Amino acid sequence: MKSIKIKADNLNVHYGEKQALFDVSMYMEKKQVTALIGPSGCGKSTFIRCLNRMNDVIDICKVQGKIEIDGNDIYAPDMQVEQLRERVGMVFQKPNPFPKSIFENVAYGPKIHGIAEHKSDLEEIVVNSLKKAALFDEVKDRLSDSGTSLSGGQQQRLCIARAISVNPDIILMDEPCSALDPIATARIEELMGDLKTEYTIIIVTHSMQQAARVSSRTGFFHLGKLVEVDKTETIFSNPSDQRTQDYITGRFG
Amino acid sequence: MGFILISLIILIGITSYFLGNLRAKNLRTSNKKNLKSLSHYYGYYVALWAVVPALLVLLMITSFKSFFIEQYVLSDFIALGSYTETELSLLFTQIENTAMGIKLFDENTILIDGAVNKLNYINKTIENLTYVTVLGFSGLLVLYSVFNINHKLNSRKIVEKFLLVLYFTCSLVAIMTTVGIIFSLLYETLRFFSQVPITDFLFGLNWSPQRVFVREAGDLDTRDLANAFGAVPLFAGTFLIALIAMCVSVPVGLLTAIYMSEYASPKVRDWAKPIIEILAGIPTVVYGFFAALTVAPLVRDIGQGAGLTVSSESALAAGFVMGIMIIPFISSLSDDVIKSVPQSLREGSYAMGATKRETIVKVLLPAALPGIVGSFLLAVSRAIGETMIVVMAAGLNAKLTANPLDAATTITTQIVVILIGDQEFDSPKTQSAFALGLTLFVVTLALNFIALQVVKKYTERYD
Repeated sequence: MKSIKIKADNLNVHYGEKQALFDVSMYMEKKQVTALIGPSGCGKSTFIRCLNRMNDVIDICKVQGKIEIDGNDIYAPDMQVEQLRERVGMVFQKPNPFPKSIFENVAYGPKIHGIAEHKSDLEEIVVNSLKKAALFDEVKDRLSDSGTSLSGGQQQRLCIARAISVNPDIILMDEPCSALDPIATARIEELMGDLKTEYTIIIVTHSMQQAARVSSRTGFFHLGKLVEVDKTETIFSNPSDQRTQDYITGRFG
Repeated sequence: MGFILISLIILIGITSYFLGNLRAKNLRTSNKKNLKSLSHYYGYYVALWAVVPALLVLLMITSFKSFFIEQYVLSDFIALGSYTETELSLLFTQIENTAMGIKLFDENTILIDGAVNKLNYINKTIENLTYVTVLGFSGLLVLYSVFNINHKLNSRKIVEKFLLVLYFTCSLVAIMTTVGIIFSLLYETLRFFSQVPITDFLFGLNWSPQRVFVREAGDLDTRDLANAFGAVPLFAGTFLIALIAMCVSVPVGLLTAIYMSEYASPKVRDWAKPIIEILAGIPTVVYGFFAALTVAPLVRDIGQGAGLTVSSESALAAGFVMGIMIIPFISSLSDDVIKSVPQSLREGSYAMGATKRETIVKVLLPAALPGIVGSFLLAVSRAIGETMIVVMAAGLNAKLTANPLDAATTITTQIVVILIGDQEFDSPKTQSAFALGLTLFVVTLALNFIALQVVKKYTERYD
């Protein structure tokens, strides 16, 4: 039995009057890739945005229920959101590098959290993060170029480097490949395989092949409810719910 | 006359629209063949023929009429050969006055009475002729164009082309006005520089144009003319007051913008933003007396309380009020730029565990910097061009000083001072206003140009 990293209990989320998640309970294993699939608007993005409390930014969003990371309630009153997000990194659907140099993009997190004591430490962190994100060889001669000057796939890997620069436990990926071409997608998937040796990864994806390729467990969301969550092989070969079967065979969604 | 005639032309235009429309519909039903355009385009086509050439003819007649009438009425006097050009035009005014029943002089009564009769006669004749020509012309063209409608005529294209010409003419009016203003500025400025060397104007330290009159009274020699037009004190005053204004408006404006875009709830924004923008709508003359009657005495009292000598009109008071005035320029523009930084960058920063302040200072402001700098530069050019506040609150004394508690004067203020009252137009004093105007124009143009370039060059493109 692998150890449990994240545990969600009876999670309900409302955007104003509209309820986006209904009684979602699931756990995610440590140093594994968990994939969340489901049709658009099913609540899977809402769910992972609860895991680093990104929904706090939205005024009308109300979260009820419990989420524990390593046994600590992240919605507890004494939880520091900034520290939580330092431990739970996030990569977004569209690459969003800051309009700064490649170096500064990666150095952003270590700087605001005061991780590097000396300039040389900072340089080491940046180089290591870029290496882990498989981007270093492509940009090592132009670290002072603007991050926005890179190609889409490179930008997304830069965002991954930025996320791992503060050495988080968990990386959330919200459809990280939906804006990328197949070659860039393949590189990111390869990268995820390397990263899961160190990090717990949660990925939201529209591509069922991607979920099948990268993840060990998969959850299927539909209309704000978690329909089924199980080992990836089980979900794709022998799902227990009719709706899951319909979705993975392409009958809807 | 003009009003009735134009109304008639428009009436013909409306009628001919229906005429053209009807004719096109008839053609379509009788021949069972499709026209190249929808029928109402034929209506417009005929209406255009009815109205536009007639109006052009009317315009031509009106512009040449007065010259022709003058020549005709004055023919008797011109034949005498003893009048100069100026006297003739005075005479014509007298004749016109007499025709309206105002009789001021009793000279040449017979000749003038004759001319008055001539004037009445020619006026009547030309009026009748104008009616006949313009309306006849319009009617003929309506007939021509109605019978010109056939299956091959594409009226839609013609109407579109006419609209193109109309748009082009309108934009030409704006462009030509600008060009005209620049050339008249240039012309007068060159005349000024033919009397006063440009180096004296740009680098001279003494501004006292009223000395020119003293020289004319014979007290001073020509050398003092050069010494009267040194514009450096004005440049310095303008710079000083604009600097004070920016010191007030930049921090207040920028912080307002940050509050409005990042912190204010939509409710607060909805009522606070319009109120701030009202600041920009207050007439500058109102700011002017606010500065002169409230702020300037306050500055003086506080200054004197602190043991400083403060003149009752100070650059500080004017600059301060001007700064208040341009706050909305900076806050409103910067607010828009900060708001337009993509939400994804905010989320990216929050997801790294940054606080709101860190996100604003380290991500949003750098990303919005080009737009913010652009708004500063636009505000500077506004501050440099502002007149009323300075006229009322900063004084008229062209003294070279860097002390904000002293009276100061600006380029715009001096232009006002120079051109108020009766002036000869060929005196260097009057022409110096044009030189100042041109300098101001060049400076603000350069600032606007730089602002646009900065915004364009450094704006990150987010797709």
